[in-house]
Amino acid sequence: MFAYIVRRVLATIPVMAFVALFVFSLLYVAPGDPAAVIAGDQATPDDVERIRASLGLDRPFLIRFGEWVWRILQGDLGVSIFTNLPVSTMIQQRIEPTMSLMIITLILAVSVAIPMGVVAAWKQGTVIDRTVMGFAVLGFSVPVFVVGYVLAYIFALELDWVPVQGYTPIKQGLWPWFRNLILPSIALGTVYIALIARITRATMLEVLQQDYIRTARAKGAGQRNILFLHALKNAAVPIVTVIGIGIALLIGGAVVTESVFAIPGLGRLTVDAILRRDYPVIQGVVLLFSFVYVLVNLFIDLLYTILDPRIRY
Amino acid sequence: MDRRSFIGATAGLAASGLGAPAYSQGAAARTLRVIPQANLTSLDPIWTTAVVTRNNAFMIYDQLCAENAKGEIKPQMAQGWETSQDGLTLTFTLRDGLMFHDGERVLAKDCVASINRWAKRDPFTQVLWPNVAMLEALDDKRFRFRFHKPTPLLIMALGQTQFPCFIMPERIASTDAFQQIRETVGSGPFRFIRDEWNPGQRAVWAKNDRYVPRQEEVDGLAGGRTPKIDRVEWTIITDPATSSNAMVTGEQDYWEYPLHDLLPQLRRARGVTVQQRLLDGTYGVCRFNTLQPPFNNPAIRRAVAMAVDQRDYLTAVAGNDPASWGVCEGVFTCGTPLANEQGSEALKTHNIERAKEALRAAGYNGEKVVLIAPGDYPQINALSLMTADIIRRLGMNLELIAADWGTLVQRRTSKEPVERGGWSIIHTTSSGQSLALPVYHLFLRANGDNAWFGWPNVPEIEALRAEWVEKGADPAESQRIARLLNAKAMEQMYYIPLGFYWQPSAWRSNVTGVFRAPATVFWNIGKS
Repeated sequence: MFAYIVRRVLATIPVMAFVALFVFSLLYVAPGDPAAVIAGDQATPDDVERIRASLGLDRPFLIRFGEWVWRILQGDLGVSIFTNLPVSTMIQQRIEPTMSLMIITLILAVSVAIPMGVVAAWKQGTVIDRTVMGFAVLGFSVPVFVVGYVLAYIFALELDWVPVQGYTPIKQGLWPWFRNLILPSIALGTVYIALIARITRATMLEVLQQDYIRTARAKGAGQRNILFLHALKNAAVPIVTVIGIGIALLIGGAVVTESVFAIPGLGRLTVDAILRRDYPVIQGVVLLFSFVYVLVNLFIDLLYTILDPRIRY
Repeated sequence: MDRRSFIGATAGLAASGLGAPAYSQGAAARTLRVIPQANLTSLDPIWTTAVVTRNNAFMIYDQLCAENAKGEIKPQMAQGWETSQDGLTLTFTLRDGLMFHDGERVLAKDCVASINRWAKRDPFTQVLWPNVAMLEALDDKRFRFRFHKPTPLLIMALGQTQFPCFIMPERIASTDAFQQIRETVGSGPFRFIRDEWNPGQRAVWAKNDRYVPRQEEVDGLAGGRTPKIDRVEWTIITDPATSSNAMVTGEQDYWEYPLHDLLPQLRRARGVTVQQRLLDGTYGVCRFNTLQPPFNNPAIRRAVAMAVDQRDYLTAVAGNDPASWGVCEGVFTCGTPLANEQGSEALKTHNIERAKEALRAAGYNGEKVVLIAPGDYPQINALSLMTADIIRRLGMNLELIAADWGTLVQRRTSKEPVERGGWSIIHTTSSGQSLALPVYHLFLRANGDNAWFGWPNVPEIEALRAEWVEKGADPAESQRIARLLNAKAMEQMYYIPLGFYWQPSAWRSNVTGVFRAPATVFWNIGKS
């Protein structure tokens, strides 16, 4: 197992190297010029050129790429073209809101979706099943921003229970922190709940047809034991896989959710940087997201061995 | 239902009687919470021309002279200035009590260094700068310009609002004009709190207790700049519906640029005031690439202009209420001394059939027209889509490209044919101030390769502009030249003026002292 973990961690290096090359190349060929954005409408072409030169954007691709990689290897993500702040500082400022949002959403989604899926499978073909599946279809179909606006209207404007927008750091208190995240996490979690509930139901239906479930019933095991001990554990591998894959979904959804609820997270940082062509920030954030995604997948792979002892690495 | 309609509808529901009482108390009562028009990403108003950076600079820095509500230039940091009889020297004297945020006195050498850096980037001053023989500090409080020939327009340049001359300490102002400064030390009414700056989330300024305002009443950007609030906090909210909701609930106090779609709902909301605060409207511009077919032919450009009805464009941007916009069928800002419509007949045609005839007569041969529309700029996108519709109705061979602003600002630099990544038509907007005088009217310039994108080459325009720089101080001459400029620009039609719309602001009713000005500034504003 240890050897496997070491191998997997080492395998992230070429993956990250490929991501780095891909991101850098993509930004190089993508249209857009931060110098033109900075210079504004009044600038002459000479002004724009001088700004490009001062930012080092006029140098050849390989030199810029080499310098960037060298800095990355030293743990330096560079400096934002616009703010003059280190990219690592900007990420630090934004990582807490995004991580908070994702963790709360994950907890909410897993704790709601898995029981929903299990119950739907258990009550297959009944009103409960159809209701759960109806919710799942709705959850998939309604965009995150629509859910966000509706929730904000009801709970922030109509009932005045929670703020419309913003984020309070956790160091300013657990309740103020949580209060700002309730609506965003529900909005972001809706599609995730739908995804997990559907896969849970489908997998559970398959497992509940297995011989060992019939045996458990014949032995007189209670319904709860059958569902959550015998069936769910055996259905866990595909569910966990979907939860892992869904992290990417959360990252994408966080961009919209952070905009709707004005949460200063990494999603908004990424979008803002892309619109301005703030290359060092885009590169830093994409590298970070890639790294997180690789780690999550590694964690999921390791979890398989706990959920299914037959799996060995 | 599209996203824009949806947010309008939800915000409308929100505004209809949901004006929950604001929970401003304690610190909130001493803090003005503002939703600015854009994210504050850079702090140097010389390095970038972003309006949001300029507005931030108005709080941090002070100006030697500034524009009042009538557009006149009045002393601000300067106690006054004196022009010699022959007009060849101009001497400024600083008023007492001027201090930088770091406790140092503001000296004449700081002004000299600041003017020198600013002059390298301001297009207006670059026109006048060849007249300047020397700029020197005479002592701590006085500095002097020596000219090769009289240059009365320099006062106007120093006091302008679109590219203001902000005064910084000499050590900071010595930075290259194309490099971003790293410190934010000014002598203005507010201090920037750098530790609380989180670009994309928040920017904070605190009252500058050392600031000594002028004694006159505030008048536009002139007069006493008295800070009446302890803190100004900008919160970046990119979603207009969320901004609207935050105003309705009282979570925010001031919204600089509310989306026009949301104005009716905000006006209905309890505790929210919506008013026009900026003195100038925002002008739409449709720009042709004069280097490539088909718009290298002025007759084809005029034919397109004949189909334009500014009211259609302005309704698309600012809604059906005619009070929200204005028709302005000339190149100079309407309501200013140089505004005129000499030679604007093509633009006043408003007739698609006559435009089609003119297009046929001009010899249009089906060349491809590439129009780039920036989807992330709602107003400019609306203008672009209106022109696209006209081009289609005229039967021209249109390729409409949807792009983001970042892509557009790069592609517009291409002089290549459309088949090789070039373009035919782009749109932009401009403040009325920037179009009021020939000397800084960007879209009027027609000096070929050095002109704004589209690169028109009309020597007569440049000659008239040079004549205006010489004689513009005389009102009668100034207006005569302006009429000739308008006529020539309309004959060549290298850009089509699309009229102007007003951009109101919204604030909570407990915000006091809001005054009209050419820029969004926060001195003299308090909270009850």
